[in-house]
Amino acid sequence: MPMHYDAIIVGTGHGGAQAAIALRQQGFEGSIALIGNEAELPYERPPLSKEYLAREKVFERILTRPASFWSDKQVDLILGVTAIGMDAEKHSLSLSDDRNLTYGDLVWSAGGSPRRLSCKGADLAGIHSVRDKADVDRIMDELDAGARRVAVIGGGYIGLEAAAVLAKLGCDVVLIEALDRVLSRVAGEDISRFIEGEHRRQGVELRLNSAVECLVGDRGRVCGVQLANDETIACDMVIVGIGIVPAVGPLANAGATVSNGVEVDACCRTTLPHVYAIGDCAAHASRFADDKVVRLESVQNANDMAKTAAAAICGHDQPYQATPWFWSNQYDLKLQTVGLCQGHDEAVVRGDPGSRSFSVVYMNQGRIIALDCVNAMKDYVQGRKLVEARAEIASELLVDTETQLKLLMPT
Amino acid sequence: MSVKVVVADRAGQKKTIEAEPGTTLMEAIRDAGVDELLALCGGCCSCATCHVYVDPDYSEGLPEMSEDENDLLDSSDHRIQASRLSCQINLTSELDGLKVRIAPED
Repeated sequence: MPMHYDAIIVGTGHGGAQAAIALRQQGFEGSIALIGNEAELPYERPPLSKEYLAREKVFERILTRPASFWSDKQVDLILGVTAIGMDAEKHSLSLSDDRNLTYGDLVWSAGGSPRRLSCKGADLAGIHSVRDKADVDRIMDELDAGARRVAVIGGGYIGLEAAAVLAKLGCDVVLIEALDRVLSRVAGEDISRFIEGEHRRQGVELRLNSAVECLVGDRGRVCGVQLANDETIACDMVIVGIGIVPAVGPLANAGATVSNGVEVDACCRTTLPHVYAIGDCAAHASRFADDKVVRLESVQNANDMAKTAAAAICGHDQPYQATPWFWSNQYDLKLQTVGLCQGHDEAVVRGDPGSRSFSVVYMNQGRIIALDCVNAMKDYVQGRKLVEARAEIASELLVDTETQLKLLMPT
Repeated sequence: MSVKVVVADRAGQKKTIEAEPGTTLMEAIRDAGVDELLALCGGCCSCATCHVYVDPDYSEGLPEMSEDENDLLDSSDHRIQASRLSCQINLTSELDGLKVRIAPED
């Protein structure tokens, strides 16, 4: 007989860990297993590209909870094991160690695996992602062994944060972005240009509009990145931050509806009975995106979806409506985002980017849908309410930094 | 010498915890297994999910509040005079015996 758990949670990231915590907080008394493909206790991922890589925080300080917490809460940790298949009818899950488990309810919080380069040379040694502790440990080992010239492929948050830390550590960093600006997927052009300027000021070389042709190796190890214009950037190591591929294979094979991630309803239910999905891998309709289906990769989203799924499992549905927020730290810049800016038709810059403290207010048909705030905590905090209200405010008013945003809230 | 802190959860249940000086109050509470403290940003003063009320008797020994912390606390509907973000309080021996309560969730 396979071992049975009343709730099985797959994934030990923020979503998985929080799902277990939320189930107990909401009074769930059944057995819980938390399955993770890493051997580590659940830990916070955002510091991986920041304080952990910079060696400002040791691993113990980024654990989500201490080891004793999980046993106190009677959560069985099954670590170093991957969920590789499932049978929705039998409520069973097969694991990479040949075990089978059955579940009452399943919460799929497996996140994603880093998208890999597919070009020639992509399998050389010295090419790293930034997703797991082991990835960053390998990068730190390379630094200890003397790697100094780093090519970062991808100008998203992960690539930029890693570039910022490595530049501060004294590395020569070249950041390569295929599109014409960094952060093109997640922020407006004003933010992109400002962030690019900051990185250049810190000594990072940027190559925009630069597609990677192939990686060049020497005795099995990467030694350069060849761009489509035939230029080769010499390097000791490569960091690849070009997004993730949602880890939903077993769900898709079991018949769940999968598009860009596995589709879930407002209570995080997939189309399979008693199977929920949360976090980076879950595609959901968001009222912050005009009810379009989105997949959000953030701590906020993982955490709030975990609470939603836990509530549904405990029998009191609470549809997911949390306001999206996000942060990124690069150098001394604190970038904070509230709302979702995709689909904006106007971006209003509030304050002077030259002062290194300003915000960008994103509008759609005259209504505020998101803010990106750089070293501008007041705008971030007060802007949240404007986003939640989708407030209609004239841009002439928004640019006036003498007036606090909270005073602009229509009554 | 470790620092003792008395933490009351939202239900009022009290627990005495001990932490090494130099850790933050947020880390001490989290590591003691008090699960109500979310501390989502991990202590980089980017959210307000480690909000606590500090017993006014100890307010003098606390580090001064930064403008960012002050602004973030404004996002809470439960802000009171005693409000602090626990990630911004480094525990020192002067704070031994500190009493705090987890603020209600926003």
